[in-house]
Amino acid sequence: MLTEYPVFTPEMKKTHTILMPNMLPMHEKLMEKIFASYGYRVKLLKNSGRGVVEKGQKFVHNDTCYPALLVIGQFIDAIENEGYDPDKTAVLITQTGGGCRASNYIHLLRKALRKAGYGQVPVISFNMSGLEKDTGFKLTLPLVHRLLYAVMYGDLLMLLRNQTKPYEVVPGTSETLCDTWVKRLTDEMQSTSIHYRRILANYRAIIDDFARIERQGDRRVRVGIVGEIFVKYSPLGNNDLEAFLMHEGAEVVVPGLADFCLYCVYNNMMDSTLYGKWKYRGALARIAMRFLLKKQKDIISLIQEEGSFDPPTPFDHTLTLGTAFVGHGTKMGEGWLLTAEMVELYEQGVKNIVCAQPFGCLPNHIVGKGVMKPLKEKFPDINIVAIDYDPGATRINQENRLKLMLSNAQA
Amino acid sequence: MTELNTCYSMPSLGIDIGSTTAKVALIENGKLIYQRYERHYSFVRQKTLEMIRDMRELLRGKDFTVAISGSAGLGVAKTADIPFVQEVFATAEVVKQLEPDTYAVIELGGEDAKIIFFQGGTDERMNGSCAGGTGAFIDQMATLLDVSVGELDELSLQHERIYPIASRCGVFAKTDIQPLLNQGAKKEDIAASIYQAVVNQTIAGLAQGRSLDGKIMFLGGPLYFCKGLRERFVKTLKLADENAVFPEYARVSVAMGAAIFGGKEAKVYTFDRLVGALENATTQQAVSGRLSALFQTKEEYEAFCSRHAQASVDSVDPYTYTGDAYLGIDCGSTTTKLVLMSEEEKLLYTYYDSNKGNPVQIVKEQLHYINTLCADRIRIRGSAVTGYGEELIKNAFGVDSGLVETMAHFLAARHFDPQVDFILDIGGQDIKCFRIKNNSVDSIMLNEACSSGCGSFIETFAKSMGYEIGEFAKIGLQGKAPVDLGSRCTVFMNSSVKQAQKDGADVSDISAGLSISVVKNAVYKVIRAGSADELGSNIVVQGGTFYNDAVLRAFELELGRLVVRPTIAGLMGAYGAALHAKNTRRETSSLITPEGLAHFVHESKSTVCKGCTNRCHLTVNTFSSGQKFISGNQCERGLGIQKAPEEELPNLHEYKRGLLTSLPLGEGTRGVIGLPLALGMYELAPLWHAFYTALGFQVKITGLSNKKLYAKGQYSIPSDTVCYPAKLMHGHIVELIENKVDAVFYPRLTYNVDEGSGDNHYNCPVVAYYADLLAGNMDALKDTTFLYPYLNINSPKQLAKEMYQCLNGTLGTFTAREIKQAVKAGFAAYDAHMKAVRSYGERAIAWARAHGKRMMILAGRPYHIDAEIGHGIDKLATSLGFVVLSEDSVSHLCGGRVKVGVLDQWTYHTRLYRAAAFAAENNDVELVQLVSFGCGLDAVTTDEVRAILEDKGKLYTQIKIDEITNLGAVKIRLRSLIGALEERGKQFAD
Repeated sequence: MLTEYPVFTPEMKKTHTILMPNMLPMHEKLMEKIFASYGYRVKLLKNSGRGVVEKGQKFVHNDTCYPALLVIGQFIDAIENEGYDPDKTAVLITQTGGGCRASNYIHLLRKALRKAGYGQVPVISFNMSGLEKDTGFKLTLPLVHRLLYAVMYGDLLMLLRNQTKPYEVVPGTSETLCDTWVKRLTDEMQSTSIHYRRILANYRAIIDDFARIERQGDRRVRVGIVGEIFVKYSPLGNNDLEAFLMHEGAEVVVPGLADFCLYCVYNNMMDSTLYGKWKYRGALARIAMRFLLKKQKDIISLIQEEGSFDPPTPFDHTLTLGTAFVGHGTKMGEGWLLTAEMVELYEQGVKNIVCAQPFGCLPNHIVGKGVMKPLKEKFPDINIVAIDYDPGATRINQENRLKLMLSNAQA
Repeated sequence: MTELNTCYSMPSLGIDIGSTTAKVALIENGKLIYQRYERHYSFVRQKTLEMIRDMRELLRGKDFTVAISGSAGLGVAKTADIPFVQEVFATAEVVKQLEPDTYAVIELGGEDAKIIFFQGGTDERMNGSCAGGTGAFIDQMATLLDVSVGELDELSLQHERIYPIASRCGVFAKTDIQPLLNQGAKKEDIAASIYQAVVNQTIAGLAQGRSLDGKIMFLGGPLYFCKGLRERFVKTLKLADENAVFPEYARVSVAMGAAIFGGKEAKVYTFDRLVGALENATTQQAVSGRLSALFQTKEEYEAFCSRHAQASVDSVDPYTYTGDAYLGIDCGSTTTKLVLMSEEEKLLYTYYDSNKGNPVQIVKEQLHYINTLCADRIRIRGSAVTGYGEELIKNAFGVDSGLVETMAHFLAARHFDPQVDFILDIGGQDIKCFRIKNNSVDSIMLNEACSSGCGSFIETFAKSMGYEIGEFAKIGLQGKAPVDLGSRCTVFMNSSVKQAQKDGADVSDISAGLSISVVKNAVYKVIRAGSADELGSNIVVQGGTFYNDAVLRAFELELGRLVVRPTIAGLMGAYGAALHAKNTRRETSSLITPEGLAHFVHESKSTVCKGCTNRCHLTVNTFSSGQKFISGNQCERGLGIQKAPEEELPNLHEYKRGLLTSLPLGEGTRGVIGLPLALGMYELAPLWHAFYTALGFQVKITGLSNKKLYAKGQYSIPSDTVCYPAKLMHGHIVELIENKVDAVFYPRLTYNVDEGSGDNHYNCPVVAYYADLLAGNMDALKDTTFLYPYLNINSPKQLAKEMYQCLNGTLGTFTAREIKQAVKAGFAAYDAHMKAVRSYGERAIAWARAHGKRMMILAGRPYHIDAEIGHGIDKLATSLGFVVLSEDSVSHLCGGRVKVGVLDQWTYHTRLYRAAAFAAENNDVELVQLVSFGCGLDAVTTDEVRAILEDKGKLYTQIKIDEITNLGAVKIRLRSLIGALEERGKQFAD
């Protein structure tokens, strides 16, 4: 049995390109540049299609969840077809350390790489739980701090684009504006110092720019997307769900990535509250929490000041929303956050919700499908559809179910 | 009929194109004036057009509105630019207009099942992507029984009893039905049981916690045609006559809804305009992926044919041959095969056909024929039987010996390629593959119940498209761009095919695509090979499915290497059995004589075993010889064998069940606490029992699960893909509530017991948080106190604090001291329990060694010992001569930490790895891993356990379990394991 694996050494920083899977392209483009400013050559993967799925199926246990299969498939497909030299490539994957099998993706990835003949490729764990301490890749506090702004910028752009795109008079304006800002922000991200005032000014300018886009038409049916993080966001994972819904005439509402980050921090607090464990980590989490909440509120106030757009719900409010259905100690996968986001959407008036999950997703039995009945009892007009994603699921079945949800929404 | 409101006065036409049928309905002046229902055999657009053209007289010269509905209608509507309405929505519209007081509608279609609730806001549910089709499922089952759908229905009405058949999806049901057929159960009973499975599936999958009472309307084709199905629904839901509505328009209700919707859209058509729009809708772009053709050139095809023709066995003319012969019978799941072999191992006579649900009859006829063929010239010196029906046939006809099918296949494959190191067999409903090492079967892989879409799947599909299998395969060879259908289970393939048809794929491309899918299924799901080198250098493929050249070619292409397919690919089991018969021949064969055969009578009766509380359904076969063959039993008691206690082999599963079910109710006066014996409670019941007893409560623990208990809670399961152990939890909760306990306790435990031997000690998400789901979905819990605190069970101090908070005020007033004492008592009891399990484990090992018995660690989670989850596999193992151990009874015997290639973060799994390490170190200990279907974590653990074992040259066996009670397949695995062990033992001896 092979349990030894190649480690990403400090020297590799100079020689190796680090591949990053594609989940939230806008956020990740910003991250790419931040990593670059720290001397890491990170490359955001763009390859998609059947080849990715096939590579995944070939090298991963097929009962493993779909995101793992896709992410791993994407890496191997990239190495084989996009000319990355396996001797000079490393791959980056997140690891939450939670009780879900997602914490094992990294090991499945290593196994798959070995099986595919790329055993020399180091796999870097991107985690904040101190799981694997790769020598050459350090998540320092300043680096994490900058990545946080990538998340904030990404969430803001995503929110504004979703609220303008369905109404824009000149098709494509919102996307173009997004691209322009991503470009501008990535340039800025390369400098090594952070000036929060500068960031606030950027937020304001972004909001103003979007507010200036000429829009028309009545408010459309709004459809929220929640779910397992990868299939919730990644077009590769959810068969272009956002595009489909927009095409069907809906305005899409997707809760941002910041909520998930806050959720992870909050769970560290809960472990100490509920089980009396890790008091020190709990205290640190409390400080981080306060800091993050402040950052989120700054954006919310700016959106409110401008007045054209619906701001995201503050996390400390989201926190209170799902407790009638799922407790705060239920923290594997997306845990209680998934339920809370459904209520959050409902509260914002978004009564139509797609709950996306990989086929057989364990936490979602409880926090997704498991709360539908009580949610409907409490909010009779909530309109939720659960969609499962996997390599065998066909678009037609998924679209048929989405159409049912949309017919109900429009009735 | 009440008038229908279509908004406009002009007629409105509704078209509903489903997965298998097309329906039209024309509404004029609020009346349904025309309806038609036809199968479209995947000629979606052509059939629709034909049906519209037939309405020429009705529609000519009129203005009318149109809308299309149905899963296959979406594409047509899109390309023809005709209004589309989602089918559930359309149905709801019709019911609201015609039967406004309906509580719920149950609609079954070709592949869809839907329930629409009308009271308290319309709530519509469709089957998820896992629940198998219904109409198509019934079709498939009818084919399996070799009857028409109409005959199936008639049979079902004469049933006497219902067998439990897995209700999740078609593949599972089939796995249950096959052994029933082979064991001789009556078709009438099976037919009704099939319907019952559909009913259970609909209720379990769709009602999701909402009860079905009040007026229920039944719609859709299957419910319109199948009276037996209706009967099952009415009986199961206990509906009064006036509450069960089966309207005349059941088959066309969706089309009617579409017509209503079309009226609202107000897009006016004339006959010519509609026909024109449909005709022009041909330029559809293919959306589903395509693959490259199986053969690029004619030369390639010819080379392929001549190469495979070489792997053949010579035949001899039975009419001129004189001498000894050997008979091999392979009674498979869907087919029966016979081979009569000469002394020189040449073929005298072969037979291969579907067993038409009655293998006994087939074998009887064949034996009769063979007897006439043999006359006085040929003497049958030996006979052997293999396959699913082995025991039945052996008993019925006095066959000399039986052998496990893996062994039979190996014997035959070795005949063609003495160097063979890998055998892949794709039969009617299963894929088997095994590696050969040191002249014995090394590792066996069988397809799991979810992916067995193999040969019979292609066959059923061919039939549904109107082709014979041979012809269908031939067409597939010519496919220019085979459709990409993925590689998951048949249910998924059904909808993938649907999609391909929608995209206008040709039959040849679908046939080729199906073959490629089957191959991918075998390669990536069963064998899970990254490259051909992992399989071996000498591969023999066999099984009836490989007669299909498209499958064979797809396999060679997928692997990128050439393989041997014997010309008798479908007869290999029988040929192997014949070889075995020759190797083990005795002076005279015990095979039934021609006289005996002439008087041969076979009767089968069903009964329930009263040997223990399991209440196994037995099928008793009686033969003219007076011989009896009983099947369906989970243990020897069913055969009337009572063993003396000292003869029973130690069985840790049995021992643990005994410990847990004997925890007393106690004398407490503070009230009754209910503990559901499911999921994590199997681990911690001793702790909670002692804790509450010490506090002065009576403690009611539910017993072992059974089907009846499952049915009790089935209505409230919200996720149909969750594992069976979790589903059973619902039944346990209902049972506690029926027992009127004062409170139900099932805590949320993110962290499990920390045994200090892994990276972390989590529970799986389902075990950890199932209480959240129960609280939300089981209405009965709302009227009782349900305690489900988050607890830390690794710190008595913290636990006492948490229980103090949890109990004070809810169940009375307690002092901190009291709780502390109770926690102490709880941990003491838990430790004593674990100690007892471990020490019994050690004693069992010592006993086995003293008595020279093999040991088997039947490893899984603590709850796998449940009678309903484990299906009596432990008893099967003891009956095969194994001393049965559990993972937690031996994990302490493995010294040091086990290094695994993954994050070792779940307590139960850590035990599993340790148990595997123990088995790896000990020659007399085997490990068989039990895996629940749908267990995501085991996708991670199985590879690790395998690696731990194979690293030390041990065999790895995995058994996937679910609602299925098919012990037959399990038996094959365990017997193969024994066969391989014996072979190895022989080699060591040599």
